[in-house]
Amino acid sequence: MTADQFLTNVVFFLLAAVALVGAIFAVTLKNLVRSALGLILSFMAVAGIYFVLEAEFIAIVQVLIYVGAISILILFAIMLTRALMSGAESSNNSQWIGAAAIAALLFGALGAIVLGTNWHAAQNALKGDLIVKLGTELVTTYVLPFEAVSLLLLAALIGAFVIARE
Amino acid sequence: MLDRYGLVGIFAVMALIFPVIPLLMAWVVRPKKPNKTKSTTYECGLAFEDFPEQAQNVWVQFRVQYYIFALLFVVFDIEVVFLYPWAVAYDSLGLFALVEMVAFLGILILALAYAWRKGLLEWV
Amino acid sequence: MDIFNNLFPGLYDWINALLHDWFKGAMPADVESVLVSAIMALIVAISAILFMVLMVLIMIWLERKNAARIQDRVGPNRVGPYGLLQPIADTIKMLIKEDIVPTNADKLVHLLAPLVAMAPAVLALAVVPFGKGMTPVDLNIGLLFMIAVGSIGVVGIFMAGYGSNNKYSLLGGMRGVAQVVSYEVPQVLTVVTVILLSGSMSLVKIVDAQGGWFGLQWNILALPVGLIAFVIFYICALAEVNRSPFDLIEGESEIVAGFFTEYSGMKWGLFYLAEYFNFFIVCMFGATLFLGGWQGPILPGWLWLIIKTYALVWLGMWIRMTLPRFRVDQLMKFAWKVLVPVALANLLLTSILIGVYNGIGF
Repeated sequence: MTADQFLTNVVFFLLAAVALVGAIFAVTLKNLVRSALGLILSFMAVAGIYFVLEAEFIAIVQVLIYVGAISILILFAIMLTRALMSGAESSNNSQWIGAAAIAALLFGALGAIVLGTNWHAAQNALKGDLIVKLGTELVTTYVLPFEAVSLLLLAALIGAFVIARE
Repeated sequence: MLDRYGLVGIFAVMALIFPVIPLLMAWVVRPKKPNKTKSTTYECGLAFEDFPEQAQNVWVQFRVQYYIFALLFVVFDIEVVFLYPWAVAYDSLGLFALVEMVAFLGILILALAYAWRKGLLEWV
Repeated sequence: MDIFNNLFPGLYDWINALLHDWFKGAMPADVESVLVSAIMALIVAISAILFMVLMVLIMIWLERKNAARIQDRVGPNRVGPYGLLQPIADTIKMLIKEDIVPTNADKLVHLLAPLVAMAPAVLALAVVPFGKGMTPVDLNIGLLFMIAVGSIGVVGIFMAGYGSNNKYSLLGGMRGVAQVVSYEVPQVLTVVTVILLSGSMSLVKIVDAQGGWFGLQWNILALPVGLIAFVIFYICALAEVNRSPFDLIEGESEIVAGFFTEYSGMKWGLFYLAEYFNFFIVCMFGATLFLGGWQGPILPGWLWLIIKTYALVWLGMWIRMTLPRFRVDQLMKFAWKVLVPVALANLLLTSILIGVYNGIGF
């Protein structure tokens, strides 16, 4: 292993540790706003991991969408709920067994997929300006999913508006 | 890999270290004389402790408008993420790219128009 | 002029060679190259930060002098010649102020908020093309990097509002987040125009694309779309860094000092510094995207960037001294009902014009 690779590994494990710590904060902290801040820490670390993997576009989109937008949405949602803000509410309730079972199942499924997949990332690395390739693919090969995304966003928006107005 | 992203990493580390330096400097030289009145919550010249219980609770429930604007923001942000690669590749693409983007944007303009008509863009 | 243009890249190469000479033979080749590039990265980062600190100190002095002139006063003139050392005196004052934390505050969040507000401003420096061959990192997605990193600062505003446990702070913080988030939409939409004009998201390539006409082929001159895009961008930039007339989050006439209310001493100073850092960076960003970055005739590139940035900074000061503050409903209305539709229309117009231009085949 060269020094370069070694350092990359060290950085990866550091970021992974930060992501895990953030996730644990998000799950265990009593104060909901603090949990959300833990989640943001986790998002940032994941963005860093994308950078380590040299997926700069995904990394930046992670920062832009998750840290910059989704987290704000979560924080605002917390500020909207009166009962949660008083801090008296416990984050546990009677449904925790079911939730734990589903989480364990999801973890198992993800683990099985990760271990079962034959990863061959390095064999055909793309050359040239990847952003141009991405843009071209979006409007040629993947044009249908691309347009479906905007419909999905529209549906999500209208649905949320209807709920919010009540 | 290190010569490119390593620099971003160093900048990130410096971004975390740099703001701590003035705080540490201040911590060394500043006076530390807290007293009870000084560290009460600011309340326009009134004594915060004298407030009734109800008024001492800072956690007011915010209006739903905040959430709606955050939601609109998320939707437009996601849309823009798709727009950027398209814009970079636009020169090498033909008319179909323009048509597809107009359709993509059109659906979102529809969303904006819907919010506008329903009065969701009104703050008050 | 080549000497001045190559001053900093030359210095970089010289130190780089020096370090390589130093460490050669002392350790394996791969360790040596990693070590040297890490040291070089550290030098680049520290010099970028020092440059920013210097610029911000000058900017604070400039703002106070400017405000004084516009209000028919003299402004700071006691500390140093023309009051030039005033920002340093301000810094010392902030250092020796007591740090008061309210008993009810969420102390950890209260402490971390100024750090979170400050950090993105430093991180954004990583992709700025300061001059010819003077970009710390030329990322493919440099433009998106700046926007995304800038959007982290919002979390700092929220943390300050929440962590202080004060009604005014919370109101200011929430308003601030809503404002920044609303003005980010037209900003990101309008920047697409620049990408269309330059055909790249790399800030270096965007600057290179504006190099024609002896360094005067700026994106702002791509009429009419460039000018419209620039105006929208600049308005959003002022709103993003919460400067007048968009300084509602610290509107002292209604919510005391917004999320600053419970901050004192150096923590307050960090917010103040972050505001100026962000303002300078966003002006530098505007100069890079619309005013040709470091491109320009005769003078060296980095000097051009500084001149253009200060021009935008000065414009911001002028606006601040001239216009009254927005009302919060007007603010949101302006973002969503004026800026977003105009930005969308401008984007469509640009893509159609470029399509026509390419179709005719000049």
